[in-house]
Amino acid sequence: MIVATVFFYLFSAVMIASAVMVIASRNPVHSVLFLILAFFNAAGLFILMGAEFLALILVVVYVGAVAVLFLFVVMMLDVDFVQLREGFLNYLPVGALIGFILVVELLLVLGGWVISPDAVANIAVPIPADPSVSNIQAIGEVLYTRYVFFFQMAGLILLVAMIGAIVLTLRHKPNVKRQSIVDQVGRTPEMSVEVRKVESGKGI
Amino acid sequence: MTPNLLSIAPEILLAVGAMVALMFGAFREDESSVSITAGLSIALVIAAGVLVWLVPTDPEPIFGGSFLLDPFAKLMKTLIAVGSAVAILLSVDYMRYGQFTRFEYPVLIVLATAGMFVMVSATDLISLYMGLELQSLAAYVVAAIQRDSVRSTEAGMKYFVLGALASGLLLYGASLIYGFSGTVTYAGIADAVSGSGASVGLTFGLVFLLSGIAFKISAVPFHMWTPDVYEGAPTPVTAFFASAPKVAAMGMLIRVVIDAFPTITTDWQQVIVFISIASMGLGAFAAIGQRNIKRLMAYSSIANMGFALVGLAAGSEAGVRGVIIYMAIYLAMTLGTFAFILAMRRGDTMVETIDDLAGLSRTNGPAAFFLAILFFSLAGIPPLAGFFAKFYVFLAAIEAELYALAVIGVLTSVVGAFYYLRVVKIMYFDEPVAPFERMGGELKAVLGVAGLLVLLYFVYPAPLVEAAGAAAKSLF
Repeated sequence: MIVATVFFYLFSAVMIASAVMVIASRNPVHSVLFLILAFFNAAGLFILMGAEFLALILVVVYVGAVAVLFLFVVMMLDVDFVQLREGFLNYLPVGALIGFILVVELLLVLGGWVISPDAVANIAVPIPADPSVSNIQAIGEVLYTRYVFFFQMAGLILLVAMIGAIVLTLRHKPNVKRQSIVDQVGRTPEMSVEVRKVESGKGI
Repeated sequence: MTPNLLSIAPEILLAVGAMVALMFGAFREDESSVSITAGLSIALVIAAGVLVWLVPTDPEPIFGGSFLLDPFAKLMKTLIAVGSAVAILLSVDYMRYGQFTRFEYPVLIVLATAGMFVMVSATDLISLYMGLELQSLAAYVVAAIQRDSVRSTEAGMKYFVLGALASGLLLYGASLIYGFSGTVTYAGIADAVSGSGASVGLTFGLVFLLSGIAFKISAVPFHMWTPDVYEGAPTPVTAFFASAPKVAAMGMLIRVVIDAFPTITTDWQQVIVFISIASMGLGAFAAIGQRNIKRLMAYSSIANMGFALVGLAAGSEAGVRGVIIYMAIYLAMTLGTFAFILAMRRGDTMVETIDDLAGLSRTNGPAAFFLAILFFSLAGIPPLAGFFAKFYVFLAAIEAELYALAVIGVLTSVVGAFYYLRVVKIMYFDEPVAPFERMGGELKAVLGVAGLLVLLYFVYPAPLVEAAGAAAKSLF
């Protein structure tokens, strides 16, 4: 129990610190790297709560895809972050007010949760239904049986999205030199080397 | 427990066939790949439409209550298959002029058709949403498929942003309905509302759900995208938008209100009555000032959706039968009209204004005749099919004692007759301008067949009326 508590505080502290660093660090690449650290610690918190599926999804989707995409955007677009930061103090009061309202709302919601223990009793089905199997197993057991139709439909929708992205953005430029591995492998000495008899004292 | 996969065999055929066509188009690099994938796609869609009738109907929804192939779904799927196949056929001529050389277009139509098949078979909110998204996503892409044209990309962008908003509304409604009924299946929702009636939250969710679907059938007040998208999208794409997706969304709407909310008819009836009156009114009056024939057809389709909803507002079996007949006849009229619009070409450019039709009767008599038939039918003049379509829905509304709705419907259809007849007048009585290029063979065929169907419907209406009656019966 004590180990779990220690890890909870460790993950939480690192997560909050890295979240602060995301907005505080001057270098945008560092910001994204701190964001990834925050995601990893959030995943750790999920595992402590027994939600290992969410933890894996968080790492796979957010770290594996979203954060890497951010990194690409930051590195490829020439955004002047110093300029963006100008006037930070002007916006501070409004930002602080919004943050304060958000905190109050969160506290009210969470306060309501703590005050009313009946809320827990309203959960219709314990998840997972059988406490002896893990989350991932419970999801897997229904995903490919009960919900196989939806799963396949979702796959088709993603296929359409992929076709759409290719149709609307892919352009074949005729003048670009591309690597053709077939041509490279298929080359023979006869095609690439020419032996000429050169008379001494004369060029070709 | 193995689900009965036979019922979704048409959808599986479409999905697998689309992937095969996609691979074919991607790996065959010469010019012929476009026409071959188009031919393959037409064959696939027709095969799926036929296959629907070869597999047995389900007594119960399969996949845990998510998917049902009943006579209603079969008939709607046939109409959808016809709409999609003809829409691909209509694009062939456009491709011939080299304005449209993307093999992905027919493939996306096939995938959209699979989505539409799921929409009309959906018996829970998740498969409803999945089918809708599959159809919509493919539609957003084909709207923008001429990516070098500013109008086409603008149409795609508008359609995408507003469509995403509508999907959001629909999802919000669906989540409220789920939250207040505890289930996503239509049967479960019907059980939940049958005892104590709908709670406020559920009614709230229902309104949002109907708003989302109203966007998809371009009913007022969610119609704003329609004229811009119809005008901006390439004309074969507009022909597609006006035909099969409308039928599918209407089928989905009928099933969700009849199956999931049978005991609270009055709750959704008022919403349907409102959007029906608003659509008929706006469609009739806003079309008067239009000079562009694609925009005119956009307002015409808004008005037509309003008329079809009159039948649904009745909430009765006769009303649903009327809507199905209406959609079938609407499909024929729309596809025929767009076959003609696609032939409005001078030299290498498409012309789109109504004034370009001046004196068509003297430059191309047969085309003018068939177009006049279609426009008379859209105006609802007997004995053409469009008259009977309106007759069935108004009759159902009167039987359900919705007199005001029926009277407003008749009045707006008189206003609508004005702009349809004006086009006919321009074709027959104005001085001819330069003739159009020769019509492509398949355009002629579609225009001719649609014109004859509309003209001769009154001779032998029994097959459609009986099929629609059987389909409507299976819902109640």
